[in-house]
Amino acid sequence: MERSVIFAGFGGQGLLFAGQVLAQAAMEEGREVLWIPSYGPEMRGGTAYCTVIVSEEPVGSPVVERPDVAVVLNPPAHAKFASMVVPNGVLVTNATLVDERVTREDLSEIALPLSELAAAAGDARLVSVVALGVVAARTGIVLASSVHRALVDIVGRKRPAILEMDVTAFDAGIRAAGGRPIAEIVREETQAVAAAEREATPAGHEL
Amino acid sequence: MTVVADKPTEAPLARRTRILRKGNEAIAEAAVRAGCDAYFGYPITPQAELLEWMARRMPEEGRVFLQAESELAAINMALGAAACGKRVLVSSSSPGMSLMAEAMSYMAGSEVPLVVVNVMRGGPGLGSIGPSQGDYFQATKGHGHGDYRLPVFAPSSIGEAMDLVATSFEVAEKYRTPVILLADGILGQAMEPVEEVYRMPPRQDFDWALGGADGRPPRVVKSLHLKPEALEAHNRHLRAKEAAIRDAETRWAGERLEDADLVIVAYGTAARVARTAIALARESGMRVGLFRPISLWPYPDVALRALAAQARGFLVVEMSAGQMLEDVRLALEGARPIAFHGRTGGMVPTPGETVAALHRLDRRTGGSGR
Repeated sequence: MERSVIFAGFGGQGLLFAGQVLAQAAMEEGREVLWIPSYGPEMRGGTAYCTVIVSEEPVGSPVVERPDVAVVLNPPAHAKFASMVVPNGVLVTNATLVDERVTREDLSEIALPLSELAAAAGDARLVSVVALGVVAARTGIVLASSVHRALVDIVGRKRPAILEMDVTAFDAGIRAAGGRPIAEIVREETQAVAAAEREATPAGHEL
Repeated sequence: MTVVADKPTEAPLARRTRILRKGNEAIAEAAVRAGCDAYFGYPITPQAELLEWMARRMPEEGRVFLQAESELAAINMALGAAACGKRVLVSSSSPGMSLMAEAMSYMAGSEVPLVVVNVMRGGPGLGSIGPSQGDYFQATKGHGHGDYRLPVFAPSSIGEAMDLVATSFEVAEKYRTPVILLADGILGQAMEPVEEVYRMPPRQDFDWALGGADGRPPRVVKSLHLKPEALEAHNRHLRAKEAAIRDAETRWAGERLEDADLVIVAYGTAARVARTAIALARESGMRVGLFRPISLWPYPDVALRALAAQARGFLVVEMSAGQMLEDVRLALEGARPIAFHGRTGGMVPTPGETVAALHRLDRRTGGSGR
């Protein structure tokens, strides 16, 4: 099954980065992905968006006519993409900046104060990472633990000091959307992996 | 003729080590790993990341990176370096390619091997920075003046682009010819998982390359042949070379052709749209396959013509107003109806539009008219 997510908002809100983290997380789960930026003459404060397509098969068309999920971080993005989301799709709305709400009944709109949550996590520019937490908690497109791993991989390698803020913002998004704390999810997964490894070790074998 | 196997028959994807990489950067790194000695370029959207990657990587490897003052300067520097037998890469996007037209003709005439990447954008003129396939004529029908053809390879995924970089260097050096790698803004800008598999073509000992005539007779690399007899002989030599390239370097891929009675012909990004459209059309019971040219020159006309025996009709899909369409017409020689669907200006055909075009073709060629 192919599913697509559009991140849209102002340039400078970290949209392209969040899309890349999502793409990396899905790839690490063994799936096919395609990440496409809008590469027009965007600048900080201008409109920008990127699309991530996740599939079990090699991704065909790079054109998404109707995204399954749209993350809209500013009013123009809400106006443009809310109507495009597929029936029974998900719209993640940044309630800090967007007052409008959809009237469509075949759409699940999750409106949360994403910019405020980002500021509380340390920097308003983390708004897209907060949104990523909402996507992970509510859409089932990727596991939260995969996104966490992708953050560690992409951010942790280059800027370990920034990683903590990213994880805090991601966790804030998950919890605002009703999910469990990322630390708990990661701890459980680590224990599960360790248990699986113990099981795989032949009984009586000494190292 | 080289036939590339159908993509869907590949091994399971989950267990491979893959990284997420942007098309422009993947092409650049593939060139570095293919042993590219020198890169010359000038920034232009949507290929700028290719130049940026080379700006970082080439000095790391102790090789030449030079951002010229213009595309004209870049391609002429490349001509000089390639005439010395160096492995050279140049990249640009559509308007920049037009500026390079003169040197392309000189390099074809001088038989200088190098690889030129065109990440196509909308035109004509400055056009837009959106993705396009509007430079098909320019790339395949002679980029500059004079009587010549150049090999043109068109990837439709980032992984394939990486592989075709090495192939392009091989073909360039084997036949002493410039080779064009024709991508578009989507392939340049998108990120896709790729395996880090690289190829470095073996180095040849060129008996024509310049480099100082110490201890040997002087060599000449030029495109000027003032005597008509000499130039005609040179043109005959180029024609013979083109025939050899046609025989050995024609490449294409087929998908779901086994039972197909309708065939989409598309390359590059348009072929990806076609793949999705074919999956949708098959859900409604249509039997559609994809014929995807990988070498745009030489065009895989013989293989395409052979499909006329099984197909009722052909649909050409392009991000242009209809350019490859003419080569499809030449290949099919009127044997079957040909429909066309194209978008221009940076717009990309959608799977929905393509399926609609398939339905129209189906009705026109005696199908059930769903």
